[in-house]
Amino acid sequence: MIEQLSDILRDHFGRDTLLEVREQDSPVSVRIAPDDLLPVCRLLHSHESFFFDLLNCVTGLDNGPENGTMEVIYNLTSIPFERSLMLRVQIDRNSPSVESVTSIWKTANWLERETFDLLGIRFENHPDLRRILLPADWEGYPLRKDYEHQEKYHGITVKY
Amino acid sequence: MANEIQYEYREDNLVRSEPNKYTAGQLRTEEVVINLGPQHPSTHGVLRLEVLLEGEIVRDVIPHIGYLHRCFEKHAEALSYNQIIPYVDRMDYVAAMNSEHAYAMGVERMLGIQDRIPKRVEYIRVLVAELNRIASHFVSIGTYAMDIGAFTPFFWMMRDREHVVRMLEWVSGARLLYNYIWVGGLYYDIPVGFEERCQELVDYLRPKLDELEKVIVYNKIFVERTANVGIMPLEMAVNYGITGPMLRASGLRYDLRKVDGYSVYPELDFNVPVGEGKVGSVGDCWDRNYVRVLEVRESFKLIEQCLAKLTGEHKRSRDFDPQEVVPKKIRPKAQDLYVRAENPKGELGFFFRADGKSDIPFRCKARSCCFVNLSIISELSKGTMIADLIAILGSIDIVLGEVDR
Repeated sequence: MIEQLSDILRDHFGRDTLLEVREQDSPVSVRIAPDDLLPVCRLLHSHESFFFDLLNCVTGLDNGPENGTMEVIYNLTSIPFERSLMLRVQIDRNSPSVESVTSIWKTANWLERETFDLLGIRFENHPDLRRILLPADWEGYPLRKDYEHQEKYHGITVKY
Repeated sequence: MANEIQYEYREDNLVRSEPNKYTAGQLRTEEVVINLGPQHPSTHGVLRLEVLLEGEIVRDVIPHIGYLHRCFEKHAEALSYNQIIPYVDRMDYVAAMNSEHAYAMGVERMLGIQDRIPKRVEYIRVLVAELNRIASHFVSIGTYAMDIGAFTPFFWMMRDREHVVRMLEWVSGARLLYNYIWVGGLYYDIPVGFEERCQELVDYLRPKLDELEKVIVYNKIFVERTANVGIMPLEMAVNYGITGPMLRASGLRYDLRKVDGYSVYPELDFNVPVGEGKVGSVGDCWDRNYVRVLEVRESFKLIEQCLAKLTGEHKRSRDFDPQEVVPKKIRPKAQDLYVRAENPKGELGFFFRADGKSDIPFRCKARSCCFVNLSIISELSKGTMIADLIAILGSIDIVLGEVDR
């Protein structure tokens, strides 16, 4: 599937878009540039030989201050072809931001809000980017590797 | 310190921490915002819905969640793989076996031991997972009937669920949060006599389900309240990432037990019920409830087949060790893995990143089915009556423990 994906993307964009393919991951993961994310997703969603119509999961993760990167991982499923794909983008940790895919899959709305909430990754052109699990006035992003929680929250001691 | 009042009540704290999307200035004269929850029985837990009403008609619904957020993912970054299992239980606390099963499968795949798991272990896993699926669907059907206004089915379902829960207690020692399915095996073999009692339970529950259909499913008031309400077209469902009974109610025969064929499900014979719009349209609230009823029947079939295997081909023996393959040290190679399984409420997924150097996951993300399913509520309930909002919310079947994690 990856060769086919690579060929179709090359035909469409006129260059190599797959920066890295990792066979050891399950499902096989491909890394693309953050700028390519939205067009690639649009193609994967509508292309007749892929038709990735279901976005299972959006995961954000922080590689830590020593690496200086964050990643957003999209798990896609094609219901008609019964295929899965893992799509990864790597972004700068100092100003983490990536294009939102809510215009393609509505699932992304809440999943991206959750990623924003816990990791502070901004999703550009997201219709409603607010915190979702944590209170709106919470400080910091807990899933960052260098997160330190606040002392007090409205008079409640945070440390348990 | 102990007697010190921790929380100083200030009215603006409520608004500051969870501000409404709509403020008085934005509303038109005929509109009003009411607040449903977080302490409201029909929200099935601590869910707050900010409802914008125009008379009785719902114009917009903004769900506010997170009241039960227990930082599962943050905890998971500090615990070794086997220690995470009890936390997984506490996500969907009415279907903990299913969640454990999905989690254990994921870790086993990372270690590459998934093919070494003894068949008996796999059959026991499917058996307890299906029992738990029945318990979960009973809660769903019972509470749904109560949302609609029928009180009796709730007690009936809770009574019957109690039998299932006691069976699981007999297996694992706990009623709801089991920690029974381990990475690589099980905590213990099923107790002696369990198979017979389990068959008795299935024989007892079958007629109860017919009774349920008479009292609630085809009840005229129930049908009037739920048929043609909250119709979810298939395209919308897929685009919103809806899975599980909700997706199947919209007419798509998509069940991960069939699609992925994990564990021993390919060896078992069962159907995947879909919504057919028997009394209304395909994908309405009635269908979503009815698909769950039908799924319980399929679970009976699965349980009976598992019992046949567990008393026949893979029967109890002295040298069976449920912890034979349980690894002493869980340290997967560096990889990303996404595992998914069919939970009673939809697709439960776990994303793992292992760095290959430690016994704790670098990142463990739970893709919660209730969280994703709940996100459709505002789309489904726009333009409906406020009474229908309750019917729609109930039909989504959320467990807030899993929504908030």
